[in-house]
Amino acid sequence: MTQPPRSVWPLYEVFVRGKRGLNHVHVGSLHAPDDEMALRNARDLYTRRNEGVSIWVVPASAITASSPDEKDPFFSPSGDKVYRHPTFYSIPEDVPHL
Amino acid sequence: MELEQEFDRIVGAEQRVEPRDWMPDGYRKTLIRQIAQHAHSEIIGMQPEANWISRAPSLRRKAILLAKVQDEAGHGLYLYAATETLGADREELTTKLVEGRQKYSSIFNYPTLNFADVGVIGWLVDGAAICNQVPLCRTSYGPYARAMIRICKEESFHQRQGYELLMTMMRGTEAQRRMVQDSVDRWWWPSLMMFGPSDEESSNTAQSMAWRIKRHTNDELRQKFVDMSVPQAEALGVTLPDPALRWNAERDHHDFGAIDWNEFWQVVGGNGPCSKQRVAHRRKAHEDGAWVRDAAAAYAAKQSQKGAVA
Repeated sequence: MTQPPRSVWPLYEVFVRGKRGLNHVHVGSLHAPDDEMALRNARDLYTRRNEGVSIWVVPASAITASSPDEKDPFFSPSGDKVYRHPTFYSIPEDVPHL
Repeated sequence: MELEQEFDRIVGAEQRVEPRDWMPDGYRKTLIRQIAQHAHSEIIGMQPEANWISRAPSLRRKAILLAKVQDEAGHGLYLYAATETLGADREELTTKLVEGRQKYSSIFNYPTLNFADVGVIGWLVDGAAICNQVPLCRTSYGPYARAMIRICKEESFHQRQGYELLMTMMRGTEAQRRMVQDSVDRWWWPSLMMFGPSDEESSNTAQSMAWRIKRHTNDELRQKFVDMSVPQAEALGVTLPDPALRWNAERDHHDFGAIDWNEFWQVVGGNGPCSKQRVAHRRKAHEDGAWVRDAAAAYAAKQSQKGAVA
């Protein structure tokens, strides 16, 4: 049986929770032969200085992303809905707690 | 053309270009070349310092040096990951490095002859790297800028441990002080060369500045480094080996002597004192690690087969 070359190790995206109470945030990517090794590599690569309390690794191929080419039409549904923002509503200044 | 205008607008507005955005071919190629060269430098840069891990004078120094060399590996990986967002293949970049088709910083082709070199590399070489790299935290390509932010945070430890090591040696015996001065004498000029050719000779600078990949010219950064280093050398009690080095009140900068560009181009051209050795060692490490990579891939394939059956 022939071995696959190194470069076919899949690409993983790495997300780290910096501390309790914060979201996981994307920090970078790495290659690994499997999920378990991806986690260990992510620990060694992205948390050498207590940068995290939790790590997610996700095969890059599993991510569905919006396309940059269509970003204007894709996000346009929210573009004209100014009434979704609190500043849309004018309230007299002397009304408290609003 | 519309795409190019959008790209120019993003760069001009100090926004970041992200991987899936349209970008000019030249921008992509320049970035891959520059980031790969930087990644290779981190990886090759592990060698001169690793030379002293087994002979570090104390457990404390050994632990620090191990952590530092491990950081260099990490920096290389952040940067290779950034090149991959541009469509480069990491295996191919490594092949280009070990075949001598891509370069790395000329500084790592000099030998580390005494333990003070570990300190001087931290102080001067990492100090010069920080001068180069801090402005790159604002470079126009997002993944590169983000990698540089991580790297710069870690480089600060590198520089400080080096300076502290040298302060400790300077408080030691006369022989230790001589070792530090000898090391400074050998590393000062190569450190100045790390900023690359002078602005007149640097062919890529203008375009890179327009694309906001580079934020300052080589000579600007070199001058900044000299100005930073002079008071640090005084505090340490060492002499920088340049009789022409003096404060120029009119310019508000230090004047310094002429760089030996012949030596620079020799080293860049692969004729540095350790050039052959560095690349040969990298090639051997890569080849010797092949069985580990193969075993991990075989294990992963077997596990996924088991998973498919169950």
